[in-house]
Order: sequence, then C-alpha cells, then structure tokens
Amino acid sequence: MRRRNLAAVLIAILAVSCGLKPGSGSTALFPKTGEVSGWIQNGETRTFEAGNLWQYNDGDADRYIQAGAEKLLTADYRYQGKTDAVADIYVMKNAEGAKTILESESEVGSQAVQVGMAGRLYGTSVTFRQGRYFVRLVAYEEAPQVSQALVDLGRAIEARLR
Amino acid sequence: MNDRATSRRNLLKACLAAPWQAAAFQGKSKVVIARDPQLRGSGSGVDSTRLLKTLDRAMQSFCDADSPIEAWKRVVKPGEVVGLKVNCLAGRGISTSVPLVEALCERLQQAGVQRNHIVIWDRLNRDLESAGYRVASHPDRIRCIGNDTSGYEDELSIYGNAGSLLSATLTRVCDVVINLPVLKDHGIAGVTMALKNLFGAIHNPNKYHVNVGDPYVADVYMLPPIRQKVRLHICDAITAQYEGGPSYMPQWSWPYNGLIVAQDPVALDYTGWQIIEQKRSEKGMQTLKALRREPAYIATAADAQHRLGTNDPRRIERVEV
Repeated sequence: MRRRNLAAVLIAILAVSCGLKPGSGSTALFPKTGEVSGWIQNGETRTFEAGNLWQYNDGDADRYIQAGAEKLLTADYRYQGKTDAVADIYVMKNAEGAKTILESESEVGSQAVQVGMAGRLYGTSVTFRQGRYFVRLVAYEEAPQVSQALVDLGRAIEARLR
Repeated sequence: MNDRATSRRNLLKACLAAPWQAAAFQGKSKVVIARDPQLRGSGSGVDSTRLLKTLDRAMQSFCDADSPIEAWKRVVKPGEVVGLKVNCLAGRGISTSVPLVEALCERLQQAGVQRNHIVIWDRLNRDLESAGYRVASHPDRIRCIGNDTSGYEDELSIYGNAGSLLSATLTRVCDVVINLPVLKDHGIAGVTMALKNLFGAIHNPNKYHVNVGDPYVADVYMLPPIRQKVRLHICDAITAQYEGGPSYMPQWSWPYNGLIVAQDPVALDYTGWQIIEQKRSEKGMQTLKALRREPAYIATAADAQHRLGTNDPRRIERVEV
C-alpha cells in the first residue's frame, strides 16, 4: 500500500515537472460523458508519444514532431447517439509549437471561432490552440448543429487546458 | 529450380491470369474512371447497389469484358488466395470504404474465389476497426487482419534505398493482391494512392518520408513480393481529399463519387495526382510543386531503374465511364 502511494506521488510529481496539467496523463483533459450537452465519450483515451506518433498518423506525424510535439492524447466521441467524432490533443513543447501547427493549415473555407487563444471552424472540424496544446476536433458526418456542438466540445476541452 | 526459372514461371502465370496485362505493356496503360453522381443517394452514406454497378462498369470497361463476372475471372483464378490491401490509416472519414470491399468480395466469390481465400489486410487491427472493418481470423471465412496480428518476415527485403520487413500476410498468405488505395493528398509526399499504399506492407514506413518520399515509395514497390503479387489497383475515390492528408480533414475532402481502375500503378497515380491538382486549382490553392511537395516518386517509379509503369500522359489511355 505504501509503495502504491509512493508511486502515485511520483507520477504526480513527474506530470507537474513535465508541465502537464496535474492528472492529465490520459483522460483528465477530455470532458466526460454528459459534461457537454449531447456528447458521450466513446471508448478509451489513447496516448501516443512523439516516437510512436506515426502509428496514429503516419505521414502526418512528422510536421507535428518538427513543431515540437511531445505526445498526442486522443479520444472518440459521439454526438446525439449517431454522429461520431474524434478529439486530438497534441501536447507541444511550448506555445509556439501549437501556434505553428494552427497557422500552417489553410484557412480556406473556415471562419475564426472563439475557442482557446485562437481557433478556426471548418464545418465539421474545429482546430484551436491553448497554451502549448493544439486541439483538433473532427466529426465524421455532416449533421444539423454539429458545427456548434463541436465548438461546445472544444470550449469544454479548453477549460480543462487552462 | 533456380530463382530465374521460378521468376519466369511466376511472370508467365501472372500473364495467363491477367491477359489484359499484355495490352498495358504493348503501348498505353489503361486507366478507367467510373463515376456516379448519385452514388450517395439522398444521404451521406454510400448506396451499395449503385456502388456495385459502378464497380461493374469500371471492371467491364477495364477488361473489355461482356459481364463483370467475366472481367473478374480474367483477374483471379479459383484456388488463388486474394489479398485486398485496404488503406485505413485515416479512420472512417477517408479510408477504403467497407461497401466497396463488400462489393469486391461478392464479385470475387461469384468469379470462383472461395470465401476463405479472401483476406482483407492493412497495417494494424486498430486501423481496420477504426475504418469500420471487423477483424476476423476464422479460417473458413473471409479474413480481416492487421499486420500486427499476422506479423512480419524476419529478414529484411532490400531494393535501392528501401530495407524493410514485409508483412507475412503479403508474403505467406496471399497469392494475389488487389490494391485498394484512396485518392488523397499527402502532406509530405504530395499524394498517396496506388504506389504508396504498399507502405502498409512494411514495418517501417515512418522512415521513408524524407525528400518527399522519393525514391522510397518507388523502391518499396520494387520489393519482389509486392511487385509480383499486386495484380490490380482499384482506387477508392468515393470521397477524395485535396489538402491536409493523409489524416482525414473533412474541410478539404470532396465527393468525387468514383473509382479508378488500373493495372499500372504509376499511370493511376499520375492520373489521380492531376485530379487532385485540378481540385486544388478550383479552390485557389497552390500547386504541389509550388509547395515543394510535388510527388517526384511517381516519375522515379517510371524511370529506367524501376519501370513500374508510365507517367507519360501520351502513354496513358484515360477512359471515363
């Protein structure tokens, strides 16, 4: 029991020393089911360290790593029981890395949206940055209100990243 | 029996199995584009009946056959184990669609391929599942497995700048592979279609993205089991993506509502690249060359060292049905 407690303390110290939010190891940054109207978290949260990021998005991973990605946390969601979506949180070395990724993506077809320090809405996708976090939300289908629902989900994530 | 004799025998077998190959080598490489603007019907899902008809039109045109079954009988022979190399890296949004694979499985079985001789495969079980496939390994049924389950060869296969362990599904299970890439942009290599989809057959694709994938994409395709077993390419262009790939970016995807069929992977990739460039132009985006990610590996695949096909538009017979 004492060893387990010691391990928990060490993990907490490690998380803080790495600059992550306390308890942000894998799940704490994602809103739970019911926390945002209409959204349920669907399945477990997965984590990919920079060295394994290619297993998640081979071919795309390099640009995140070049911008300083340290890890990716990803979780699946479902809106109103039918529209699947994914939330990706890239933990960068610093805020500049998150800004680099956000600004490297074309703004064609998007509009600025008030999520995080800067955000964009592209119909069925929202991207934003908050501190050293870059977040991408993608819905797999067009559906009524899905754009606003993604913004709402994004704001709930933003609140956890502050 | 020496290697050269075996190689000749394999080449002869491949030509007998696919008589339409001869036409490709004689002159032009045929690339068939079949589209149906109503492929999605009234909803966002694919109408599987219309998709089957689109596939049939494409195959009949490509093989110059009177019926789809006849076309498939020219591609595969009973007794052969047929691998369907899908592309599921990007999850459900822009992966080889399940209805297309279901349509293919139906036609393959009607052409005499036993269901337990059909294997759907890709890099990881997780990729397959995220794209909507159900992983299955029962030996009496259609199998669906990731390389993480089937494993890789122990010894490196080497060609040019590529040195990789090959998927055991490719080397030990499949006699023939039908390559089912997706029409999409690639943030490093420019585009990803027929040639690059075989990165899903090796253990270390992440090592080959430097220099816009050139010459690595072409070199990987030269590895003998890939070059010898891949017999046909059917590019899923139901939904295509012109920017932000290979990950799914709905904002840069569009409903192309088509399939692109070719035996020549270089001709298919060249044709698909032009389709993506055209869409980028329509959207006011820069060319891939201007962005320094022109897919140079396509020309490399056509060069004298590789000879995997042609990227010369004068030698590509583009047929739209």
